[in-house]
Amino acid sequence: MPEAHIARTGPRILVFSTNPISDPGIDLVGSAHMRYQPGVVTIPVPCSSGIRPSWLLHAIEAGFDGVFIAADGGDCAFVPDCTTRTAKIVDTAQKLLTEHGHDPQRIKMAAICSVCAEPFVNHMEKFSAALEALEV
Amino acid sequence: MSEPRKIGVFICHCGGNISDYVDVEAVRATVEQEPDVALARTTMFACSDASQQEMIEAIHKEGLDGMVVASCSPKLHLYTFRGVADRAELNPYRYVQANVREQCSWSHREDRAGATQKATAIVRAGIAKAAASESLENFRVETLPAVLVIGAGVAGMRAAISLADLGLAVHLIERAEHPGGNLRTFGATFPNNRSGSELIQTLLEEIQQRETITLYTGAEVIERSGSAGTFRVTVRLSNAETITVPVGAVIVATGFDSYTPAEGEYGYGLPGVVTLPEFRRILDESNADGQSSAGPITVGGRPIKTIAYIYCVGSREAEDENRTYCSRYCCTATVHTALLVNARDPSVNQYHLYRDMRTYGKYELLFEQASRQGSVFVRWDPDQPPEVRGGGKRLLVSAADVLDGGDRMEIPVDLTVLVTGMVPSANEALVDTLKLPLGKTGFLNEIHTKLRPVETVINGVMIAGAAQGPKTISESVASSLAAVTKSAGLLLKGYVDLEPFVARVDAARCTGCDECLTACPYEALQKITIDGRDVVQAIPSLCKGGGACVPSCPEEAIDLMGYTNQQITSMIDAFAREVEYA
Ligand SMILES: Cc1cc2nc3c(=O)[nH]c(=O)nc-3n(C[C@H](O)[C@H](O)[C@H](O)COP(=O)(O)OP(=O)(O)OC[C@H]3O[C@@H](n4cnc5c(N)ncnc54)[C@H](O)[C@@H]3O)c2cc1C
Repeated sequence: MPEAHIARTGPRILVFSTNPISDPGIDLVGSAHMRYQPGVVTIPVPCSSGIRPSWLLHAIEAGFDGVFIAADGGDCAFVPDCTTRTAKIVDTAQKLLTEHGHDPQRIKMAAICSVCAEPFVNHMEKFSAALEALEV
Repeated sequence: MSEPRKIGVFICHCGGNISDYVDVEAVRATVEQEPDVALARTTMFACSDASQQEMIEAIHKEGLDGMVVASCSPKLHLYTFRGVADRAELNPYRYVQANVREQCSWSHREDRAGATQKATAIVRAGIAKAAASESLENFRVETLPAVLVIGAGVAGMRAAISLADLGLAVHLIERAEHPGGNLRTFGATFPNNRSGSELIQTLLEEIQQRETITLYTGAEVIERSGSAGTFRVTVRLSNAETITVPVGAVIVATGFDSYTPAEGEYGYGLPGVVTLPEFRRILDESNADGQSSAGPITVGGRPIKTIAYIYCVGSREAEDENRTYCSRYCCTATVHTALLVNARDPSVNQYHLYRDMRTYGKYELLFEQASRQGSVFVRWDPDQPPEVRGGGKRLLVSAADVLDGGDRMEIPVDLTVLVTGMVPSANEALVDTLKLPLGKTGFLNEIHTKLRPVETVINGVMIAGAAQGPKTISESVASSLAAVTKSAGLLLKGYVDLEPFVARVDAARCTGCDECLTACPYEALQKITIDGRDVVQAIPSLCKGGGACVPSCPEEAIDLMGYTNQQITSMIDAFAREVEYA
């Protein structure tokens, strides 16, 4: 195996993004030559109000250090109260985590708009630091 | 365990955009080991014709039942590769795009090892999703060659004429007694001084010449059923009768209302304090009354010699208030009004108390002209807004001029004009009936400001004009013609194909508890009885595919096609696996 292939940097974060809004925002990080750590991976879904809380628990149990929901926020074209709905999903998922002996702070949500490249990078930095603090 | 799938994986160099930062060969060799992968190749440009042809041949030769292309963002080439699958008779919904450029090579340029590891994980997750995917079919719906246009302002009227000229029948619904909207009785408009009422009259004559347009005034939409291509809309007419019209598309052009200041806001309610639309009516009416358009201006018998305009009333309010947006039309409309006043009576002194002058684009010329004619511009800061006092014969307006050291100046005036912004037209019932999406500002919301500016998430429902947000006449007409194009694009073909990413309810698990019914704002979930059991069924043609019903189900009985529980959980598992290189 080439030596260059043994990287393992920073906490592993699963991001749920949304096709119309936050995924383009995350794309823009790359197009704009910004960066975040490669331990962050993304699953795009149509809308953040459609995420099952059990998926978040599943991710933590599978080995992710944290799950970040890059929510639609006020720009959502599917449901006007998307933020409230997504917040409820986060709330349920955090309870699920607690019940299963995980720190609920491993889940975080923030609205990421379709041009929110820099806010996304900042969120990843802050969330990584918070997760690293949890791990000690 | 079921039989392994036969998935083909194509990893794109993107001419170096990917391969300069990711060891694509290492990714290929690793994912080739996945049990569901029949073939894994790298390619210089996956989107090139030659490469697409190679994929088609591989699908046929290897009998692939799934495909993953690891390349750029799906926003660029998802449809390209779905098309490749389709041409090779592989169900296009068994295709998965793995974004290893925007979300990998370009985001981790300094970390080849990290980027390679992540790219491997992304491709594996794509393979996992493809392995859990099933063949799906679009829904083909035949469309009706007719459009319902709601609101006969300049936007709705212009749309109706163009739709008719494209061969589509039009039902034009206006709730007021007369068509024309805010411009119906309006005088000169910027930028060319064409009278608003004449403009409306011209459009009305054009409408009357077209037999395929039916105009209903005093009418309102009260019910809608069906979906894109085959709506049925019920309209209550002015005589209280109701009719139901079958249409393929709907254009909502319900316009705006002008902001009404609160009693006492900048002296509103005092004699001599009026809004800009009120002032324009005064000017227009005094013209219509036979006074020549030159000569002194009077309000309630009093001659007007000095006017103060206070800008941004009801616009650009503080973050915790309702109207944080700029109303866009008003700076230009006000300097234009000052030009009209000057043409009428050049001896009138005009003071413009503004926050920022936004006479954008070519309208800047009107601002310059007003300045040259002697209009005085005083810039105020929201921390120190102008004040209007009455009491004496004249009004006293005071303002701190931030460009002049912030000293307060007092101006005695005969008339104060509050330059009011645009607010969404009062339309709760219609918004509810059509399930129209509203933005933060309360105006109607498009799918994408830049790329899909007149479509809404409700397939077949377009929005146009100032109903979308503050717009000038030409902007309103431009958006209305865009809505015409989108409607015609939908209807002239005769059918629509809807994507199959809709909710599916597992009837065996459903307990009929109703939680999902309230989660769906589109009434796409309906109760039915199967073998004496009440269960919920999803109606594909009504489902918008947002998935809000999915987490609402306590039995986890709802899946969104393309994003099923199995697909998402197997993607998570694939991502979580450590990457060991082959
Ligand atoms: C004081 C003032 C001055 C202006 N001056 C200029 C100018 O000089 N130049 C310029 O370019 N622009 C000007 N504008 C802007 C211009 O008025 C708008 O751009 C234009 O009127 C927008 O047209 P519209 O058709 O979108 O909306 P509207 O004119 O508001 O028309 C909407 C129509 O929809 C109807 N409607 C609403 N709800 C329903 C419903 N539920 N069912 C049926 N019908 C419904 C309304 O009754 C109305 O007839 C000015 C605006 C103001 C307020």
